[in-house]
Amino acid sequence: MALEREDIVRLEKKAHELRLLTLDTVVWAGSGHIGGALSCIDILTILYHKYLHIDPTRPNLATRDRFVLSKGHAGVAFAPVLADLGYISKELLKEYNHTGSPLGMHLDSTKVPGVDASTGSLGHGLSMGLGLALGARLKGEGWRTYVILGDGECDEGSVWEAAMAASHYRAANLTAIVDRNKCMIDGPTEEVMSLEPLIDKWRAFGWEALTADGHDFCSLANALDRAISHTEGPTVIIASTVKGCGIDFIAGDYRWHYGSFDTGKTAEARASLERYFEVRMANLTEHAGIDGHGLVTKGA
Amino acid sequence: MAGLTYTVIDTAKLSTAEIYGKTLCELGAEHPEVVALSADLAKSTKIGLFEEAYPERFFNVGIAEQNLFGVSAGLARAGFVPFVSTFAIFCSMRGLDQVHTDICYQNLDVKIIGTHAGLSFGQAGTTHHCTEDIAIMRSMANLAVIVPADGMETSYAVRAAYARKGPVYIRINRGFDQRLYGPDDYGFEIGKAVTLHEGTDLTVIACGSCVWCAVEAAKRLEKEDGVKARVLDMHTVKPIDVEAIESAIRETRRVITVEDHTIVGGLGGAVAEVAAGSGKSFSFKRLGIPDTFSIIGLHEDLMATYGIDENGILAAARELLGKDFEKDESWEDEV
Repeated sequence: MALEREDIVRLEKKAHELRLLTLDTVVWAGSGHIGGALSCIDILTILYHKYLHIDPTRPNLATRDRFVLSKGHAGVAFAPVLADLGYISKELLKEYNHTGSPLGMHLDSTKVPGVDASTGSLGHGLSMGLGLALGARLKGEGWRTYVILGDGECDEGSVWEAAMAASHYRAANLTAIVDRNKCMIDGPTEEVMSLEPLIDKWRAFGWEALTADGHDFCSLANALDRAISHTEGPTVIIASTVKGCGIDFIAGDYRWHYGSFDTGKTAEARASLERYFEVRMANLTEHAGIDGHGLVTKGA
Repeated sequence: MAGLTYTVIDTAKLSTAEIYGKTLCELGAEHPEVVALSADLAKSTKIGLFEEAYPERFFNVGIAEQNLFGVSAGLARAGFVPFVSTFAIFCSMRGLDQVHTDICYQNLDVKIIGTHAGLSFGQAGTTHHCTEDIAIMRSMANLAVIVPADGMETSYAVRAAYARKGPVYIRINRGFDQRLYGPDDYGFEIGKAVTLHEGTDLTVIACGSCVWCAVEAAKRLEKEDGVKARVLDMHTVKPIDVEAIESAIRETRRVITVEDHTIVGGLGGAVAEVAAGSGKSFSFKRLGIPDTFSIIGLHEDLMATYGIDENGILAAARELLGKDFEKDESWEDEV
């Protein structure tokens, strides 16, 4: 499913819209997990606008692909994706985190159409994703399950319980994507709790393990295609990303795990996202279709 | 309840967990969406009987309880009805975050059958005793908590759990239980206590292995003391039978709770919560494991040690009957 130039342009524009909508949602909420939301928004964009077989008008369609946002605190990026597709009203985003709203920091599958699993407590999503994948196989159905994990989340032992079992059961219909933004709440991942060599850990657990640039649609597409064509077992894509990607004064800064923007900072952030989009589109003009590897931009 | 194929002879020959395993196999035959999971305790919990019958619908995740409950939640989200078994202590503690968030929060159709509950794995010691699970599990929203008194009741409970939408926790013992129920259908219903001995002098509210002890104690109270004790098999601790508790308070004025569990927050706690809201004065005693870690020994010996056996209940009943709370001068009834 290699990307055509028009796909890339469409995805770039969509990701830009979603970054802006995520920023808006953080502002409406008063504060939010902006860093980890912007690090995974390109991954969410390519999944929801290229790879997932879904029908937003039928959120419970039995044969739909399933998606689990294991790093549930990126709900502030996920809710805009769902609202943009029409699962929920965009107006609802203005109530994000408000008292009594169906949209909280971590999305609830019983309240938000399109959410296949409630998450929030880290280290849960891969197990639920495996259960879904095993369920699809038991039913003889071809739908796939995708799980996005945070890199800091990989500190949780339960991630490795699930990794061991997914490989044992050769769950080839399961794809995990690690949002490797190299930051966690208390600091850089390698300072708080070393993860490296992360890809070797996944390989040792029996997974097909790939790397990708998490802000490059061609790179992500190549990895996702390889995951789909790998039929021996589960595949993990370690997607190299930048926390707070697109907003220059927060990008790469672990302290922007969670934050808020006053009016001035909101305007600065919007301006930065616009500049970031322009750079990506300019790079697209330069590179896409030349070497087949697409974009090279990272951060703002 | 239709479909039960056990005789009284079968239940006498089978451990409670074996009856659970056989019932699950029957459910598996009737309902293709029933799947089963364990964490390297398929043999011990007898869920392995299902594995033999339906290997493609059984998942052993190894010694990994967090993953056990997470995978169960995923299978439930895919339309299956998972029955999950490991030891009660690992259900209620090792995998609790997954039980809470993946299963209860999402109100999924996962049925958790915790075995080796209470002090029933006596010689294994505190690491395998499970004397806190009723308190823990009944604090989980959406989760029904059932503590069957014997094998036959376990069979009814397992079928009722399947029929009930949403998550259910069933707590059973290791090994054999004294047999209380015969082949007659007594109308097991989640949330409805069973009166096993009629009485108006006091009520013993029991669950699990303590129910049989309570019935034996009631027989002796009648024979030796001429006292008529009501015995309630409170097999469902959540949702608890409020009407049965309020009737017991109103009609017998003396209530003893007894459970193979800490006295903190279990059956006794649940009954106390209802009773305190009833507005009626009554004499009350909770029997259970005191606020301590249990000692090692045979199940029967441990039940005697902590006074939750026949003799313990008898002594507590006599103590309570000796107290005439209605003539207590310090009681300001006018208030």
